[in-house]
Amino acid sequence: MRVAVITFPGSNCDYDGYQAFKLLEGFEPEFRWHRDRTLGSVDAVFLPGGFSYGDYLRPGAIAHLSPVMEAVKAFASGGGPVLGVCNGFQVLCESGLLPGALLRNETLRFRSHDVHLRVETTRSPFTSAYARNQVLRIPIAHGDGNYTASPEELAELEGDDRIPFRYCTSDGQLSPEANPNGSAHHIAGILNAHRNVLGMMPHPERAVEDVLGSTDGLGLFESLRAHLSGASLAGASIS
Amino acid sequence: MTDSSSTVTATPAPRPGDPEITPEVVADHGLSPEEYERVLGILGRTPTFTELGIFSAMWSEHCGYKNSKRLLRLLPTEAPWVIQGPGENAGVIDVGDGLAVAFKIESHNHPSAVEPYQGAATGVGGILRDIFTMGARPVAVLDSLRFGDLDVPRNRYLLAGVVRGVGDYGNCVGIPNIGGEVFFDRAYEGNPIVNAMAIGLMRREDLITAEATGVGNPMMAVGARTGRDGIHGATFASEELSGDDDASSRPRVQVGDPFTEKLLLEASLELIGSGHIVAIQDMGAAGLTSSASEMAGRGGSGISLEMSQVPVREEGMTPYEILLSESQERMLVVAKQGHEDEVRKILEKWELEAEPVGEVTDNGLFQIYEHGVLVASIPALPLTDGCPTYEREGIEGDDVKAARAVDLSHLLSPEGDLSEEFMELLRSPNLASKRWLYEQYDSTVRTSTVVRPGGDAGVIRFRGSRRGLAATTDCNGRYCWLNPREGAKAAVAEAARNLVCSGAVPTAVTNNLNFGNPLKPHIYFQLREAVLGMAEACALFETPVTGGNVSLFNETDGVAIHPTPVIGMVGTLHDVEAHATTHAFRTEGDAILLLGENREEIGGSEYLYRKEGIVAGEPPVVDLLAERRLQHAVLGLIQKGVARSAHDCAEGGLVTALAECAVGAEAPMGVSVRLDDALAPVALFFGETHGRVLVTVAPEQVDRALDMARDHGVTARFVGEVGPAGGSFSVRSPRGQVTLDIHRVAERYYGTLPSLMSRSGGGDEG
Repeated sequence: MRVAVITFPGSNCDYDGYQAFKLLEGFEPEFRWHRDRTLGSVDAVFLPGGFSYGDYLRPGAIAHLSPVMEAVKAFASGGGPVLGVCNGFQVLCESGLLPGALLRNETLRFRSHDVHLRVETTRSPFTSAYARNQVLRIPIAHGDGNYTASPEELAELEGDDRIPFRYCTSDGQLSPEANPNGSAHHIAGILNAHRNVLGMMPHPERAVEDVLGSTDGLGLFESLRAHLSGASLAGASIS
Repeated sequence: MTDSSSTVTATPAPRPGDPEITPEVVADHGLSPEEYERVLGILGRTPTFTELGIFSAMWSEHCGYKNSKRLLRLLPTEAPWVIQGPGENAGVIDVGDGLAVAFKIESHNHPSAVEPYQGAATGVGGILRDIFTMGARPVAVLDSLRFGDLDVPRNRYLLAGVVRGVGDYGNCVGIPNIGGEVFFDRAYEGNPIVNAMAIGLMRREDLITAEATGVGNPMMAVGARTGRDGIHGATFASEELSGDDDASSRPRVQVGDPFTEKLLLEASLELIGSGHIVAIQDMGAAGLTSSASEMAGRGGSGISLEMSQVPVREEGMTPYEILLSESQERMLVVAKQGHEDEVRKILEKWELEAEPVGEVTDNGLFQIYEHGVLVASIPALPLTDGCPTYEREGIEGDDVKAARAVDLSHLLSPEGDLSEEFMELLRSPNLASKRWLYEQYDSTVRTSTVVRPGGDAGVIRFRGSRRGLAATTDCNGRYCWLNPREGAKAAVAEAARNLVCSGAVPTAVTNNLNFGNPLKPHIYFQLREAVLGMAEACALFETPVTGGNVSLFNETDGVAIHPTPVIGMVGTLHDVEAHATTHAFRTEGDAILLLGENREEIGGSEYLYRKEGIVAGEPPVVDLLAERRLQHAVLGLIQKGVARSAHDCAEGGLVTALAECAVGAEAPMGVSVRLDDALAPVALFFGETHGRVLVTVAPEQVDRALDMARDHGVTARFVGEVGPAGGSFSVRSPRGQVTLDIHRVAERYYGTLPSLMSRSGGGDEG
């Protein structure tokens, strides 16, 4: 299972993502450069965190215009799984692969600490290994993670069960105190309509080893692996 | 390029439009009449204006260490594990498994006083470049900060700006911040301290140094273009500040771009790995001047540069401006002859420029041309190493003697229930949690952070090895003011203690000497005494000093900061998964042991500062031999798997340390401690006696742990146990007690800084 890890100038979680995929047997991560016009033969795409193009203009605004993103869009529209974390989530929103946008955190400050996430749906290539309502502890590190979308878009996300992760307390309650950035509906991550594109602010790739303090992010990679091995057996179907 | 053979004896021509060299112009450049005489001696003639600028920068305290060099020679710098000692961009130590660590600390005090955000940001940028120019990938940063009291709005503004600057820069480049310290005292009013430390990791064989060698090899300017910002920053850093500096000095502050830094980092490491270059150095303080002349000085060679080939941001820049600009994110590279295109290609991949601007020569001269016309010609070695060094008169200040002699005995009188005294103490930002700060720093990027900020030291693992590294910065300026020698010893001892509590063996030191104006005898006294104390402690702990930074002239309107010799110390963990330890209590029922002895010491304490508004008395005594025994004992307990948590007693004393352990747990835990000391409870609870560590162990391990400690010659005793989550916080002695709801303690501990910073100036209002 080959995974394209995209590197934009200013990406700084590309290597972390690469290492996380390396940990799980079966994945073969490979770097792709922002100028690449094709992805080659890959089974999944990882858009890493960081400050692509220095976050100039808006986070993700310039990255979505880079040559490699044309290839990523084509891959996504063909049903290929795409995971965008942090700046990757911002790039996905800017490129229209996901609805909505990420504003400055409500506190106007960068926030770096563990958050708790409630798994809201297991019906995706990224969350099948979790249990519904399972509470995960995963780090965040961002200044622009305040998810916003139009009321219609939010209603659609809710109605279609496309919000796999919400910020919550350690016992799974939704509360303003547990929401680190002011995101609408406590949203930490969303899926596209075809459920093959996931964008999320927290960093699952930073929670994959005991020595790092949490392994709660592993389930995401395990889900994807199960999805891809199922897909390669059954011949690629989404959801 | 100009024919170098004909220029050895050539004399540079004064440029049209350059000011004439008068005694006033010389004085404006920070050179004393004696120093100017030496310039005349080296050149055998009057310098050109360009040359005067070069000497001014290179012989500033910041570059030339003229008031500190003789003292710095007293520091121990060698050990079998030291690969690179002082004199390079950063020190390098062997950490085993074929790995080496480059690390260094640097100050950006003056720029941060004027423009906190950019001052702090460029401080981080500069220290990161010092690391990756050694061939190491930066893997961690720490920051050591000092400000005036936070009830002054400007100090809140400075803190908010500095923290945002440190955070934005490191976060963007993607280097985790794993710790540091911040301290507030009115002594730093107007002159904050911003020291940034960076740590890099490399394979031993990837080490590269910055020596310009190979006659004919091209010098290339790499990275950002040169602009008019930061001109004479090094000289600025070597002067006192005055009240009106805020606006007028702003052009001397550089502006940082972490995005370019990230590209430069990747490009530089790729360049170093490519084999196309001989040497690389950051254009840091004094810009092109210092990088080029230092590379020539180290290589024993000469360098010639053509100013018209330097990529600039604006037209009409003079050689003087180009040479002294401190525009950020620039590197000077010595490429191998004929490999210029390969160098350029690597830079282009990272959307950066690389232009040949000169070459290595064999005439020992630092020569500057403008459109082929020689405008400066200075012997390189006398320029870099010939800076006059001074040993000045040092006499202890009378105010310090008086403060130390203050009788504090009547201040020890409060007895009985001291619960509310403790709650008041926790209103001090020096004791309360610094979470408000460090949560603005990405601490988990690079997925190697094992212990995050908020404890005794940060810990990172080395991927592909069982080993890891712990790092800390420490210094209490109050102790150093009251007794600089003891204070410096205490800083080294505390740094080592913090590393040991994290499970690491202390290995090496980088230091940042932040002092006032050394031309004043009472300041030179502080500097000399602090270096002597540091030398003694570093020798005893076998933690050589591999480099660092000197920041003098930290005065505002003639008033100096507390002497603040910050110790940045690193230590190695042999098995990071097994040994990494934090201060947080872990399990209800665990036994709390106290290693070390309580003494009736209250001098220099936070308690006195908060309660009485004074910095007075003898600071706590440092017994280095006892410290070393204590640290061996704690390390043994951790390495044998006996200790479940470890935390040293520092500012705020024993009760504060216990509270930190209790509220450090994910859910605050109860504490029940009974001390049998008959000391005055104020001193017992809040005094800052050194050499004490709190360790928790499983109840059945108590006897074994106490035996192990005593085998090391360390006083150790059982003092109480960890209570349930949400339990009561209770510390009792024969003469006093603190009994509080742990939730109340936690709320105050975590709430103090956010509540202070929500007031105007802190950036959180509105």
